[in-house]
Parts: sequence; structure tokens; C-alpha cells
Amino acid sequence: MNSIILVAGARLQVVLLLVFSAYMMLRGHNAPGGGFIGGLIAATGFVVYAIACGTSDARKALRFDPANIAGVGLGIALLAGVIAVFWGDALFTGQWLFIGATEDSKGIPLSTVLVFDIGVYLVVLGAILSITFALEEAV
Amino acid sequence: MSWYLTLPLVIPFAASIIAFLLRDNAMGRWVSIMGSGLGLAASIVLMVVVLEQGVIAGQMGNWPAPFGITLVADLLSAVMVLITAITGFAVAIYALGDITERQERLGYHALFQILLAGVTGAFLTGDLFNLYVWFEVMLIASFGLLILNGGKEQIDGGVKYVALNLISTILFLTGIGLLYGMTGTLNFADLALKVNEVENQGLLTVVAMMFMVAFGVKAAVFPLFFWLPAAYHTPSFSVSAVFAGLLTKVGVYALIRMFTMVFDHDIGFTHTVLLWVACFTMVIGVLGAAAQSDFRKILSFHIISQIGYMVLGLALMTPLALVGAVFYLVHHIIVKANLFLIAGIAKRLTGGTDVYKIGGLYKSAPLLAILFLIPAFSLAGFPPLSGFWAKYIIVKATLDLELWFVAFIALAVGLMTIYSMTKIWAEAFWKPHPEGIEPALKTLPHKAAQIIPVAGLAVLTIIIGLSPEPFVIFAERTTAQLLDPTAYITTVLGETK
Repeated sequence: MNSIILVAGARLQVVLLLVFSAYMMLRGHNAPGGGFIGGLIAATGFVVYAIACGTSDARKALRFDPANIAGVGLGIALLAGVIAVFWGDALFTGQWLFIGATEDSKGIPLSTVLVFDIGVYLVVLGAILSITFALEEAV
Repeated sequence: MSWYLTLPLVIPFAASIIAFLLRDNAMGRWVSIMGSGLGLAASIVLMVVVLEQGVIAGQMGNWPAPFGITLVADLLSAVMVLITAITGFAVAIYALGDITERQERLGYHALFQILLAGVTGAFLTGDLFNLYVWFEVMLIASFGLLILNGGKEQIDGGVKYVALNLISTILFLTGIGLLYGMTGTLNFADLALKVNEVENQGLLTVVAMMFMVAFGVKAAVFPLFFWLPAAYHTPSFSVSAVFAGLLTKVGVYALIRMFTMVFDHDIGFTHTVLLWVACFTMVIGVLGAAAQSDFRKILSFHIISQIGYMVLGLALMTPLALVGAVFYLVHHIIVKANLFLIAGIAKRLTGGTDVYKIGGLYKSAPLLAILFLIPAFSLAGFPPLSGFWAKYIIVKATLDLELWFVAFIALAVGLMTIYSMTKIWAEAFWKPHPEGIEPALKTLPHKAAQIIPVAGLAVLTIIIGLSPEPFVIFAERTTAQLLDPTAYITTVLGETK
């Protein structure tokens, strides 16, 4: 599709959607959101870009093969689960690190749960884009 | 939490991810073989641990049962995991000579490992909803394998396969919902306790029947087996060997697990239904096989008739019958996967799978003929091979209960099995090839990779056949755990309950 308005609008939207997807993923632990939704929103961004500028441009913007992104994501999710072994805990037991924790506040909580969520984010992003790109190219 | 339990699951997942990322590279297949080898080692360790310590359980993410997801290995789970790993390893090696580069590039090895993970997970989980999740993992992976680089025929088989399996999934989910509504739990161990407190036992039977249908579709019992012969003869031989060996057996395993531990409140009704289902399954399967001429279709129908024997063992619900069912499960997986692998070699040598259009294997490839005879005779129940003991125990159990008619059916089906095996033997092996081809083994491009797994599985069949005693003792211990799940329940829920 070669509509200038769409192309110009898409560029703005892609940026917004990607930032928003990161925000959604990060807030996911205590509020609605998370890796799955974040991944979907990020995928929407690239889908909008693919509709406006074509899938070959969208693939270039993505830099990696979406299927590989999904594979790496799955690997990260698995690692987040397996890493519990170093603390002698069961598979997928969350491990927490509180940076700058004082008696009143927990500081910045970091956890393997977040790593797992990042894995989910990449799996969803990669899987959705593999499917939509393939469909777009087939049409 | 013991890592013995999780390693058989983590290894195939990790192998799958690595194999997927290396799918454009010849390394992928070695990752798959190495993953299956490590998985086999892990499941041997698991088996040893379970033999020594009894039931072991672990809670994923440290959430205590019955709230979190429990992984449990009793003897039945452990042996199923082990046999899955053995089959997986054999097929992973066989795939070297069977899977094309195009299929590899489309992610064959990744899907194969995911399938193994799904099957292993279904055997290890101690939670009903988690079982559903593993069923889905299996279904998606197997659908991918079915249609991988396939044509019209593969898509056709795949669609039937998925459609019927989705119906089973819906029933399964509905059943889970109803059961959860009645008992408030989905943990097997907790369920085993809570179902006794359900006031409306009639409704419980209804739910039990829903599960029977759902697992029955997976296990391909009468009258829910249509998808199996429609799909199993279409994909690559490695794929159909794994399917034939493992997928239906997950359904049988689920039936055994649920109908010994949880749904034992109305044995008079549920197990009578199972008894009739078993008889019809045996007969229909073997009759279907008699009408077929395609190598793999004959074998597919025989899966159905053999499933009947296992369900029969469960239906009788006596200790001896359950021993037979467990023995049968183990024996059948090895034999059936092996027969499909042999069918693959036969196809490669003779150029077809229709037994009337091929031939000459006995004369030009005598080694293959011997390797075929072992699992084929074992399937038909010839002494002293493994199938004889499996059938013997089941028939003995029916005779003990004085179910003469059922015993007669079981024996007659055995005879009919010989008929089909003889048909394959006479047509594909004995008669000369109609087109004059002399299919010698040395023309096989990857001879060692294809023969070694077949020979290995045949040796296993012989070992079980010649010294059945340790296996029967093992099956007896397994059955004791199934009939008295106290150890299972206390291990999962802790001593306090």
C-alpha cells in the first residue's frame, strides 16, 4: 500500500506501540499487563509497519528472523526456570533481588519472574510476526 | 525438590530450542540425537531412584500441593518415561536416514523434541489441568510433524487428526471444569481423597464418562478410533513410529491413572463399559487390519486392536489384569514403534508400502526379514517373545474371573493378528518383487542409522520375552501402587493429611 499518510502515521505508531509494550511488560508483575500482552502490542507495532511499508521492510526493521526471536524467547523462559537450581529450589521457583532495600521499602525488586516474562514477550512477538508475515507474503 | 523429576522434561525442551535455532545447519540433527541420549540417561536415573525410594514428587515453583503444579513419578510414570526415552532415542537415530533436509529446515527436530517433552510431561504430571496442557503440547507438535513438508494426503490426515482430537480436548476441559466444581481440586492425589466426599456420586459417574470419552479418543478405542488409521500412514516413517509407539499410549496411561486412582467409586458401571469397549476395540481393530493392504495401515489398525488388550486389563481391575495391562503397555510401545521403523526400511528398499506391490525382501534382505519376524511374532503373541507373556497374563486374568467369552475374543484376536502378520510376511517378504527389483540392504543410503535402532528394539523385545520374570515382578509392584495409592497421596500432599 503506498499511502503517504499511512506510512507517516505508521512510523509514529510503531514507536509508540513499542515503548508502550515495554511499559506493559514491566508493570505486569503487580498490575494488568505482562509478557504476553506486551509481546502482542509489540507485534501490533510491526504488523502496522508491515501493512504500511510492506513485509520486506518490516523484516528489515526487525533485523532478526521472527521464528528465531521466538526460539530465543523460549530459551530465555526456560533458563529463568532452570536458574532456580543454583539456589537449590524447585524448577521455576522465583528468585528475587531487592536493590537498595531498606526497612521501609523494598527498593527495586528484580526477579527471575521478570526474565521469564521477557522470554514470553519474545515468544509472542516472534510467533505472531512469523504467522502474520507469512500470511501477508502469501496474499 | 528432586531434579531427577524435572530433567527428563528440561532436556528435550532445551534440545528443541537449540535444534530449532540450528535448523538451517546439519548440527541440528546431532543436537536432537544428543538430547534424546541425555534424556534417556535422565530417565534411567529417574527409574533407579523410583525403584529405590518409591514414589517421588516435586512441586513446581515451590507452590505446595494441591495448589501448585505437582510432578510425580511412581513406578508406572517412571517406566513410561523410560520407554518414551528409549523410543525417542531409537527414532532420533533412525531419523538420520529418513528425514529430508527440507524437513529439517522446517524444524523437524525441534518439533520431535517438543513431542517427546509433551509425552514425558503427560506421564510425570500429578495435576489434571497440567495433563491437559501436556496433551496440547503433544497435539500441536504432532500436528506440525504430520503436515511437515506434506502434500494433500498429509494435510487431509492432519485435519482429521486435529479435528477429532480437539473434540476430545473440549470434552476433557469440560470434564475438568465439572470435576473442579464438585471437588475444588485438580491434583490427582487430592482428587483421590476428595471424590469420596462428593455427595452426588451419580454426577461423578457422568463426569467419569466424559473423561473416558476424552481419553478414549486419545487412546483410539472403539468407537472413537477413526482418526488414527486416517492419519498414521501419511507422515514420514520416523514420525509415524513415534506416533504409533507413544501417542495412543498416553491416552491409555491417562485412562489407567484416572480409573484406578480417582474414578473407582462405581466400578460396576464404568469398568463394565470399559470391558465392552475393550472387546469391540480388539475385534474391530483386527478386522480392519485384515481388510488393508498398505503396510502402515495394517499396522495402524493393529494399534487399535492392541489398545483393546490394555483397556481390557484396566476394565477387569484385578491385580493380575492390571499387571497384564502395564506389561502390555511396555511391550507394545517397543514392538509397534519397531514395526513402523521396519516399514520405513521396506519402503526405501522396495519403493512402496502396498504389500501386494512389493516383495522379495526375504531373499535379498534376510537380515531385515529376521528383524521383522521378531516384533511381528511378538505382536501376534508367539512364545517366547514379549507379546506372548503380555497376552498370557491378560487372558489368564479373564479366565480367573470366568469371563469365558472375553477370553475367547482375546485369543481369537491373537489368531487374527497372526493372519495379518502372515499377510505382510508372505507378500512383502516371501514373494518375489512384482517388478523384479532385488531390494538389498546395502543399497540403503544410511544403513547403520536405520538398522541399529531397529535391531536394538528387537533385542529389547527378545530380552523381555526370554526373561519376563523381573518385568512381571516390576509390573506387580506397579500395580500394587496403582491399587493402593496411599504412598502416592502421602508423598504428594505430605504426611499431615
